[in-house]
Amino acid sequence: MTTAQPVSHQPTAHTTAHRTTSALLYLSGVTVSFDGFKALNNLSLLIEPGEMRAIIGPNGAGKTTMMDVITGKTRPDEGQVVFDGQADLTKLDEAHIATLGIGRKFQKPTVFESHTVRDNLLLALAGMRSWYKLLGAAPTKAENDRLAEILSIIRMEAQQHMLGARLSHGQKQWLEIGMLLAQNPKLMLVDEPVAGMTDVETETTAQVLREVNKSHSVVVVEHDMSFVRALGVKVTVLHEGSMLAEGSLDQVSADPRVVEVYLGR
Amino acid sequence: MSQKRFLAWLLPLLATVFMAGSALSADLATLVTNLVTGGYSERDVAITALAASGEERAAPILQALSAGDLYVRTADKIVVIGKGSGKQVALIDAITGKDAGTAAEDDLDKVKVNNRLRGTIDAAVGSLTLMSPNPKVRRQAADSLFTRRDASALAALDPAIAAEKDSAIKRAMTEARAAIVLTTPETTPAQKLAAIALVRDRGDRDAMAVLQIAAQATEGDVKAAALAGAETVRNTLAAWSMAQNVWYGISLGSVLLLAAIGLAITFGTMGVINMAHGEMVMLGAYTTFVVQQVLRSAAPALNEFSVIIALPLAFLVSGAIGVLIERSIIRFLYGRALDTLLATWGLSLVLQQGVRSIFGPTNREVSSPSWMSGSFKVGQLDVTYGRLWIIVFALLVFVALLALLRRTPLGLYMRAVTQNRPMAAAVGIRTPQVDALTFGLGSGIAGLAGVALSQIDNVSPNLGQGYIIDSFMVVVFGGVGNLFGTLVGATALGIVNKFLEPYAGAVLGKILVLVFIILFIQRRPRGLFALKGRSVE
Amino acid sequence: MMTRFLWTGMGRNLRLFVLLVLAVGIVVPALNLLMPKTSPFYVPAYALQLIGKYLCYASLALAVDLVWGFCGILTLGHAAFFALGGYCMGMYLMRQIGARGVYGNPILPDFMVFLNYPELPWFWHGFNHFWFAAPMVVIVPGVLALALGWFAFRSRVTGVYLSIITQAMTFALLLAFFRNDMGFGGNNGMTDFKDILGYSVQADTTRAVLCFASALALAIFLIISGAIIGSRFGTALIAVRDAESRMRFLGYRAETYKLFVFVLSAAMAGIAGALYVPQVGIINPSEFAPGNSIEAVLWVAVGGRGTLIGPVIGAFIVNFAKTYLTGALPEVWLFALGALFIVVTLFLPKGIVGLWAQIRARNLAKKATAA
Repeated sequence: MTTAQPVSHQPTAHTTAHRTTSALLYLSGVTVSFDGFKALNNLSLLIEPGEMRAIIGPNGAGKTTMMDVITGKTRPDEGQVVFDGQADLTKLDEAHIATLGIGRKFQKPTVFESHTVRDNLLLALAGMRSWYKLLGAAPTKAENDRLAEILSIIRMEAQQHMLGARLSHGQKQWLEIGMLLAQNPKLMLVDEPVAGMTDVETETTAQVLREVNKSHSVVVVEHDMSFVRALGVKVTVLHEGSMLAEGSLDQVSADPRVVEVYLGR
Repeated sequence: MSQKRFLAWLLPLLATVFMAGSALSADLATLVTNLVTGGYSERDVAITALAASGEERAAPILQALSAGDLYVRTADKIVVIGKGSGKQVALIDAITGKDAGTAAEDDLDKVKVNNRLRGTIDAAVGSLTLMSPNPKVRRQAADSLFTRRDASALAALDPAIAAEKDSAIKRAMTEARAAIVLTTPETTPAQKLAAIALVRDRGDRDAMAVLQIAAQATEGDVKAAALAGAETVRNTLAAWSMAQNVWYGISLGSVLLLAAIGLAITFGTMGVINMAHGEMVMLGAYTTFVVQQVLRSAAPALNEFSVIIALPLAFLVSGAIGVLIERSIIRFLYGRALDTLLATWGLSLVLQQGVRSIFGPTNREVSSPSWMSGSFKVGQLDVTYGRLWIIVFALLVFVALLALLRRTPLGLYMRAVTQNRPMAAAVGIRTPQVDALTFGLGSGIAGLAGVALSQIDNVSPNLGQGYIIDSFMVVVFGGVGNLFGTLVGATALGIVNKFLEPYAGAVLGKILVLVFIILFIQRRPRGLFALKGRSVE
Repeated sequence: MMTRFLWTGMGRNLRLFVLLVLAVGIVVPALNLLMPKTSPFYVPAYALQLIGKYLCYASLALAVDLVWGFCGILTLGHAAFFALGGYCMGMYLMRQIGARGVYGNPILPDFMVFLNYPELPWFWHGFNHFWFAAPMVVIVPGVLALALGWFAFRSRVTGVYLSIITQAMTFALLLAFFRNDMGFGGNNGMTDFKDILGYSVQADTTRAVLCFASALALAIFLIISGAIIGSRFGTALIAVRDAESRMRFLGYRAETYKLFVFVLSAAMAGIAGALYVPQVGIINPSEFAPGNSIEAVLWVAVGGRGTLIGPVIGAFIVNFAKTYLTGALPEVWLFALGALFIVVTLFLPKGIVGLWAQIRARNLAKKATAA
């Protein structure tokens, strides 16, 4: 369940004038416990601007909890989470964090089922979030153009008027990626993007992510090792809520501790 | 003096002369004669004289006089005590205490009393009864003296205290004596100070009254001591009244627990919003009614146990209907919590109207067995047996349910299905059966609650409606899916309610509790004992 | 921009429906006033009053549907907002009685004289003016909804818990309004109204105007609701209903969206209640009974939640059945009502409108295969 409580609606309330770190995302000593069980245990992590990072780890390693902490869904018991060197994410709520520029794709694709593909993308489109402005606004030309662009990237022009509920699992995954693009965040958190995709789709997804990485920082959580290999980026291995190893995929797979964790003791 | 009065005085006197019996009986006759002759002030003296005589018959005669049961028989001017009213009054000879036949009311002359005489009689009887062989009578006498503080009774109290063997009664008498000493101007300050300590230790409302009166009538040390004593008593009283509130609160809490615990099962573990839960309670209450009706004609001897007989039947009736509801309605609505709310609300209307059609819209009389009526005192705490049994019963149900959930295979299956339905099904648990049984269990417990509530509430088709909102409050407040939370929630809400009542009144108190819960849910949406864990989105 | 806002959201069906509602609101009172009593087209006074009542219920149903059908909040306390609006109107009507009451007190309403009130309670001041009472009809329920919603939505109270909170709210108000010392007439409430804006509430013309006003209010509510749902706000609102936390991760303040609609809906319910009271001539605490709110939810369920036309249709059908059955077969009514709850949830989750849409879709599919 969520332990998040909305704290502030003032974008400037918890941001300081100057940067405290050059990293885009800075996690230090983050600990989260549920009824004594430590889902995250003194976790530290640095993501540089423009970086793409793959996070792997067995089930229960704390990958999703880490995402929850970054996006404001779960409040850490201890530790610092700083975004863009300024914003203390432990004090902000989800909506605020999202408007700062952190986008998230869920493990289980969650699209808005009673809306069309186009409306889903329109909702995600960066910009208008104010409720009273939305009462009278129609999509602008710039917005329509951007929608068309994204529809073509995710190859769903034909399905743009289809309801979310009628999409296949793979289509939902693509729509989610499209929504992330529409949101245009500084940092994308992507949770298991290729689950349920065919090999060809997996390869396409890797391509899309690499393309996206040219203008965004990306954190990918994934089980699929061939996909991680295809991404060809720095890998962080989580285990029991802490970082176990970091480096290229080849480096970490050679690490005896990682082998032990994956193959059992 | 009228001729009649004169004769009334003369004739018994003559009779005594003729009888020339024992001196004692002659004395008594004189005393009794004096009682019925002369003006009020003369008779006042006669009352005190009779009381001081130490006669065995004095107490009943004086009591009869006070109650207006003392007559002079017109025919022979004998003083008699009349029993009963109407055309014929049964008579007892006042002096001998023997049966004196009956007489029409027209043939009797009632001995009149006024309030002043009654006061004198009460004081006189008070001291008389201090020496009674019956301990209950002595206790009453001591207590009545404490509140009246009749200075003339001091003379009677001292020997009574000396003679008293029962320590509790002896203390009551000593306290009465202290109260008299305290309010009599003639006593010394030292005596008064000693008396204040005694009265203070008594610690009830009467004691406080005595101390306050004493404080007004005295000066200096004594006044200070009396005031301090009154303060001490006030604190004692406050402590007892707090204890009484806690007791009422626990009692209300036990009722809430009974009503809510079945809901804790259906709502807490199944996520089903059963708005017809109150009607399951109502059915349990009506089962009790039917059992009593049947026993009354078939086996009147068992009436005393009707409630106990009703328990398993109510469980079965409500439980069976619960299973029926689950199989016919609820099972199609799993995962649509708000829809179950609407469907079961409709069901509750049907059940209410059904009961109304069968049993009528008015309240039905359900009697309490004798072991559930009456009350006793713990210190200054009033404890009624009915409430006590309901608390015991609520705890028994709670413990039994806990044991069922933790120690039996059914409980294991229920927990398994609650936590992970597909997994439970995969390991071979028949989830539909478990669902039906769980819902039946929750409903059956509501039926048990109905038996208990039939003892303290009106058995009518609307019985359940009064409990449904409260029950939801308890479950939500305590934390969904947590039986201990329900226990704590019920008790806490019961006590809070009863503590608010003296200040805010019953209705406003209830409103405040509702507002409190509304605010509480917003602070802690998952209740007092929320299970924490990683959310599943 | 305003007209844009009001017309873009409205589909053709909704526009036709609004015209239908307005037509009812004009034709029914007109037939009552203009037709001779012997005419077969004459609408008797009781039918006029009944239709006026149903129109108010329809507005309440629409208000419930806005929060339930489009926000996913199953409110079990909307009758409280309806009743609060009604009480505001009742207070105005009470003050209009003036010295014509049984006790002839020019200031104090009868029940206050009876209960030995020394003077008018502070919260009764101003209600002798319509210009004061009329905004109160919106403000009082609106502020209550704002307070409740502010706390509840910010604390992320959802689903069943929210339903229970709303039910507790109306239950608490029920208990409070039963108290004599609340100053709202206790158990008996307020009745024996004489005038509204100087016109007798008993007069045929007044009744006709009130019936028309109820239809007009409903039509305006339909237009406003249609515009909101059709706007980008409405798109976001429905998204909040379906996946609230997903919307938060997209940067939307879900609670603000819900709060706006909740307050708007409470205000609509308040206006409906205010129009209801002069037509039925009484307001008392039983309007707060939790059962009333749940019944309003049933109207929506029967008609079709998540549609704008459905609640209006549902309110008319269920209340017509209620009027008929409580008159003809009073024993049967509660059975029927109870059964309706069960049948609708089990077999008609989308209500009558949903069923109609389903049948139409099936016919279309048939035609498509035939062609």
